[in-house]
Amino acid sequence: MTQKAWIPYVLVAPAVIFLGVLFILPLVQTLAMSVSDENGLSLANYTRMLGDLNFADALRNTFLLTLVAVPAQIVLALVMATMIAKIGRGRDLVLWVWVIPLAISDLAAGLAWLSILQSNGYLNSALHGLGLLDGPTPWLTQETPLALFVGIALAEIWRATAIVLVILVAGMQLIPKEYAEAAEVFGASPWQRFTRVTLPLLKPSIQSALILRTVLAFEVFAVVYALGGRNFPVLVGEAYVWQGENQNTGVAAAYAALIMLISMIATAVYIRVLRTPREQMA
Amino acid sequence: MNPAMSGPRRWLFWAGVAILILWVLLPIWLVAMGAFGGRPAVFQWPKSLLPGSLSLSHMAAFMNVEGVANAFLNSLIAAAVTVVLSVALGAPAGYALARYAFRGADAFKLLVLLTRAFPLAILALPLAVAFIRVGLYDSPFGVALMHTVLALPFAVLVTQSLFMGIPRELEEAAWVFGCSPIQAFFKVVMPLAVPGLTATAIFAFVISWNEVFAASVLTVRERTLTAYLLGVLSESPLHTRFAGGLVLILPSVLFVFAVRKWLFTVWGISGK
Amino acid sequence: MADIQIDRVAKYFGQARALAELSLNVADGEFVALLGPSGCGKTTLLRIVAGLETASGGAIRIGGRDVGQLPPRARGIAMVFQNYAVFPHLNVADNIGFGLKMQGKPADEIKRQVGRAAEMLRIGHLLDRWPAKMSGGQRQRVAVARALAVQPAVLLMDEPLSNLDALLRLEMRADLKAILREAGTTTLYVTHDQTEAMGLADRIAVMHGGVIEQIGRPADIYARPATRFVGGFMGSPPMNFLRTTAIDGRVRIGAADLPCPRASGDVEIGLRAEDATPVPDGEGLPFDVRVVEPMGAHLLLTGAVEGRPARAIAPPDAPIVAGARIGLRPDPARLSWFDPDTGHRLGAA
Repeated sequence: MTQKAWIPYVLVAPAVIFLGVLFILPLVQTLAMSVSDENGLSLANYTRMLGDLNFADALRNTFLLTLVAVPAQIVLALVMATMIAKIGRGRDLVLWVWVIPLAISDLAAGLAWLSILQSNGYLNSALHGLGLLDGPTPWLTQETPLALFVGIALAEIWRATAIVLVILVAGMQLIPKEYAEAAEVFGASPWQRFTRVTLPLLKPSIQSALILRTVLAFEVFAVVYALGGRNFPVLVGEAYVWQGENQNTGVAAAYAALIMLISMIATAVYIRVLRTPREQMA
Repeated sequence: MNPAMSGPRRWLFWAGVAILILWVLLPIWLVAMGAFGGRPAVFQWPKSLLPGSLSLSHMAAFMNVEGVANAFLNSLIAAAVTVVLSVALGAPAGYALARYAFRGADAFKLLVLLTRAFPLAILALPLAVAFIRVGLYDSPFGVALMHTVLALPFAVLVTQSLFMGIPRELEEAAWVFGCSPIQAFFKVVMPLAVPGLTATAIFAFVISWNEVFAASVLTVRERTLTAYLLGVLSESPLHTRFAGGLVLILPSVLFVFAVRKWLFTVWGISGK
Repeated sequence: MADIQIDRVAKYFGQARALAELSLNVADGEFVALLGPSGCGKTTLLRIVAGLETASGGAIRIGGRDVGQLPPRARGIAMVFQNYAVFPHLNVADNIGFGLKMQGKPADEIKRQVGRAAEMLRIGHLLDRWPAKMSGGQRQRVAVARALAVQPAVLLMDEPLSNLDALLRLEMRADLKAILREAGTTTLYVTHDQTEAMGLADRIAVMHGGVIEQIGRPADIYARPATRFVGGFMGSPPMNFLRTTAIDGRVRIGAADLPCPRASGDVEIGLRAEDATPVPDGEGLPFDVRVVEPMGAHLLLTGAVEGRPARAIAPPDAPIVAGARIGLRPDPARLSWFDPDTGHRLGAA
């Protein structure tokens, strides 16, 4: 058919305009808002943010949470992906169950773990039943910061491993099984096959998963709120408070800009460190 | 391929699988118990896996709490609008990327992918300010606009691979045998694209239904369910929170279950 | 029925030239094959005639009407695609009747025509089936039935048999020839398989690098190729090419002494294996046998004529072994002579 050259542009235009107005524009605006106050350009917002009581805690908490949860998710997802590869019948059903947390809102995930971790929750009931506890014991309070952290980390791992699992299973499916079979023929043990054949070929998938999960981990919010309220400050939570309670969009924007910066740096680091030279691509 | 595993290793393997299945399902079960058990179950100590007084009346009571029904409705509206917008904007773009090679295709794809690299919900902050001016603040429609930004990349990329999977030859055959390009699209491409488009729509729905931050920032009185629950987190009684959690979980899980085969294919994880 | 006039059609993709000012006429009711290796432009030409691509220059006339500006549906054509393009969401009957339905024909007439076309392709019993549940060969028949059902002025076929296995291909070829002969439809058929073209076509247009090297009846193209390329493309085993020098209008290789259309200078002899008779060593062209393959109906000999690679055939029970030296006596009337530089045929056509 005589292809009128303008057709694809017309089809793509609405999406482009939409993203331009509702993504690019706000992105620029956030940056602008963060560096301005009533008098114009200024770093006042950043100063306030850095000086805020909760800032150091929020920064530290978010980092710690990411540092603990993301590797745990990767390892757990690797284990699960390897298991999936070995299941014959019922594989789809098991995979479907393991992928369920993807469909669940982070708020709902937080609430689910709340029912487990609260003082008279299911965890304590189980521990009491085993004779390890006398009565209801609080885990999620300000007085038990370590337990609170562990609880939040658990909830996050529970919720977000599914995303990594999907990425890794997809990556594994692309690896022709002939590679592992060849390694086996040449004498490699299962562990060797995993570390020397599967893992290296999974590097691109792991890289994608790391980038995605890390960027999302720095945005952690609803899970923390559901479990700890304001006892566990995190970056997005602080942004939310500055916007809502304190009615100060400028400082909130400063937090937003900071989160963006961290995400970009992390992404750049991952791309650098996990670079697969072209020649080695499958 | 399932290499035969020796006896004890086999048991260990399947035990591992079972534990992980339990790990995933238990919290959901427990929140459901919390929701159906109501106030009495929440204060029961110690808890059992199956609390004594289960009843739907607690869920009904939840729906009657002031603001909940309205929030539920708002979430529905926001999600529905998100679906319509993301499919209406995303499908044509996906079709263009699939069928045409045009300058700017790569730039467009980069833009789309870029939206996933940034903390998206953060963008709700300046939009809150903008929406106030335009009158979209505190409305499910405004929330839907933000959610569409979240769902659009997915819609574009999925519809692109969807249309690429429908051979161009089929459209050409339709052209030869009497169809104009538009007729060919609706008579031949659409019928084959419906399953994939449905799955895309459902995923857009779930993304909107689950989103918390932007919905909370962009609404005050006309809250969506997630925004409402977040707002009353510290004040509301536990059983209300659990009921809310369940209402958040159920539709998403059910919908995604309905289209799981297609979703698996799109993600590249369907069985060999 | 209509004729097709391809008038100086050219096609460029950016800077790359796909077709170079081709002209070709297909008479009303004639079957013409576009034959050539991949990349020669044959499919591009077919798609231009169909209206699925636009020409960069030149005109296409169907039944005397210039169709260059018309979309495919207005050209009076039907087409069979390489991968059949049978609609998966319609059953066989609806597929075959698709073109008729788009023409707005009444339902009972559609039913009648669909039945007729299905019978021609012997798939009348499959009308209720769904394409996904059918074999490739069956789907191909559906595609052909769909094209014939609309009783087109011109039928275009793009390598319709190439995705079938060898035995099925042979069967379909015969069926196709019989059906089209009876229907008398003007047909333009693209293929890379020279046996297919030889078997089906009234005339063959051999294409190479966007150019038609020769148009003619199969027997003529086979016996008198116009260029070295055509000679080497047609026939199996491929034509042997022996480069040598003419002196005083004759060439001598071994004991063979042949009259040559060129008085003096370099020439290239085109000799088909079946046009040379094996003779004892010392007569005819000297042939060193390297490999003997028993083909059942004959022996296929691979070897060299004074260093030039060549193939010959011998009766199945001939006592020839690898390493032997035999003679080959060529039939002078069936030799082709080519200019080594241009590849063009020398001498009287």
